[in-house]
Amino acid sequence: MVEKPVMVKLKRIERENERHRTYYFEFDKASKAKPGQFLMVWLPEIDEKPISLSKISEKEIGITVQCKGKWSESICSIPEGKQIGVRGPYGNGYSTEGIKSAIIVAGGCGTAPIRPLVDKCIADGIETRLVMGAQNKSGLLFESEMKEKLGDNLYITTDDGSAGTKGFTTTVLGEQIAKEKPEMVFSCGPEIMLKAVLGMCEKAGVKCQLSLERYMRCGFGVCGQCAMNELLICKDGPIFSGEVLAKSSEFGNIARLKSGLEVSLKEYADWRQC
Amino acid sequence: MEIEFCGIKMKNPTVLASGILGVNAELLKRVAREGAGAVTMKSIGPKEKQGHSNPTVLEWEHGLINAVGLPSPGYKNMENEFKQLEDCESPVIVSIYGASIEEFEKVTEGIVGYEPSIIEINISCPNTKKEGQIFGCNAETAAEVVEAVNKIAGKIKVMPKLTPQANNIAEIARSCEKAGANAICAINTLGPGMLIDADARKPVLANKFGGVSGPAIKPIALRCVYQIYEAVSIPILGMGGITNGTDAIEMMMAGATAVGMGTATHYRGINAFKLVADEMQHWMKEHNVENIGELVGVVHD
Repeated sequence: MVEKPVMVKLKRIERENERHRTYYFEFDKASKAKPGQFLMVWLPEIDEKPISLSKISEKEIGITVQCKGKWSESICSIPEGKQIGVRGPYGNGYSTEGIKSAIIVAGGCGTAPIRPLVDKCIADGIETRLVMGAQNKSGLLFESEMKEKLGDNLYITTDDGSAGTKGFTTTVLGEQIAKEKPEMVFSCGPEIMLKAVLGMCEKAGVKCQLSLERYMRCGFGVCGQCAMNELLICKDGPIFSGEVLAKSSEFGNIARLKSGLEVSLKEYADWRQC
Repeated sequence: MEIEFCGIKMKNPTVLASGILGVNAELLKRVAREGAGAVTMKSIGPKEKQGHSNPTVLEWEHGLINAVGLPSPGYKNMENEFKQLEDCESPVIVSIYGASIEEFEKVTEGIVGYEPSIIEINISCPNTKKEGQIFGCNAETAAEVVEAVNKIAGKIKVMPKLTPQANNIAEIARSCEKAGANAICAINTLGPGMLIDADARKPVLANKFGGVSGPAIKPIALRCVYQIYEAVSIPILGMGGITNGTDAIEMMMAGATAVGMGTATHYRGINAFKLVADEMQHWMKEHNVENIGELVGVVHD
């Protein structure tokens, strides 16, 4: 298989909340993907973007997107039965090998790749707690599904208190680590949250695996666009261990725009929003 | 395996081609650590440029096709990268582009103070309108750019990168040599070409057209380097489709003193340089060749 898009038919579109949609399709190449891996998703004449897998199974593959920005607005207007282009899966994915207990921290859109990770953890018999946060109740993803799968091991936070505990995921993470130290913390979400997660894990002496994002072009490690220091997010990552990230001067600080210009993470995040 | 390329010492003849991985200093240093004899920083332009939208880099059955479109932070925003390159273990080639002689001059002035080992003059990009191969398809305009850059570069070596699209690549190389070029780099990606998706009924690259690289273009690269070797006496950095040690040796036999690789990193990883250098050494041992330089241009009559 060469690294060019394959057109797949959208079998089913689920409306998760006001802003998020999950698209289901068949793509054999991704049926054995690891949680945390991603696809490059092509909308002809619009754009192509890296999107992590939110459902991995023999039967179907799912991606969850937020209907915001030109590419996302376009995908949100595509009806069932129409086609999109996909290539991949790319990246390394989370590693659950040899782990007996884990806390997973998901922030906002970062909940998408966490969904198959929860499935994997349960399948591997890992004692799993999930801390899931969003700005408000309507931003939460897969809430009832997670409740069903994890029961009392699901902890919800919202910035405004409209659901779960008012506050940040990291506050609950701190409490949970204090209650019982897990072997591993997995996380995906805004980089500012990931930086805080790393700080807490370092302090508590817990290992972690964090999922990062940068503007990408090829997705398979040749163009260098997504570089963070000497690391390629698309190929060396997008999942990195806390030990690796602790050595990176750019993690939590600097990212590159489309031109390659280095800017602050805040400026990058503002640009990625549109 | 050490060689000297227009006065620059390299630990082996392999060079990271421009536009692959070379977006920042740390990645370039990683490639040098992974075995590249020299590394090329992605082409730098006169001002910040976004490049094309995605899809920009794709694979097809016999190589890659790309229309990245020369994104660049602009030479004024590169100070941090240059500073970090001071301790790079291999020589650094800095590639530059412009849409006019004046722009080439401006970029050269902007980077010359950082003293790269070689300035690569990109006059051969197949996927931009203004900054692309228009300079590299004509012997006079190619020479004008080389002369202008060379005047500002001072003691720093200058090396135009040529396009296989020119119908007289040897003549262009000769004209560049007369204009003061210290070396010739050939070839840039072929084309442009295009990919179409039958199901989508659309071109796949956002720019529609893009430069073709990889194993499929090796015969054309060999022919170009062969012809250039006959026309000039300055050294050639040969590239186009080199993926293994034998490919590299064939390229040297056509007339290249050093060999560039880009697409090979997709097939073999970032350590492609070490792998290829080891394979070249193995070939030399098997064929009782002591000095790799003996092979340069041996296929010529």
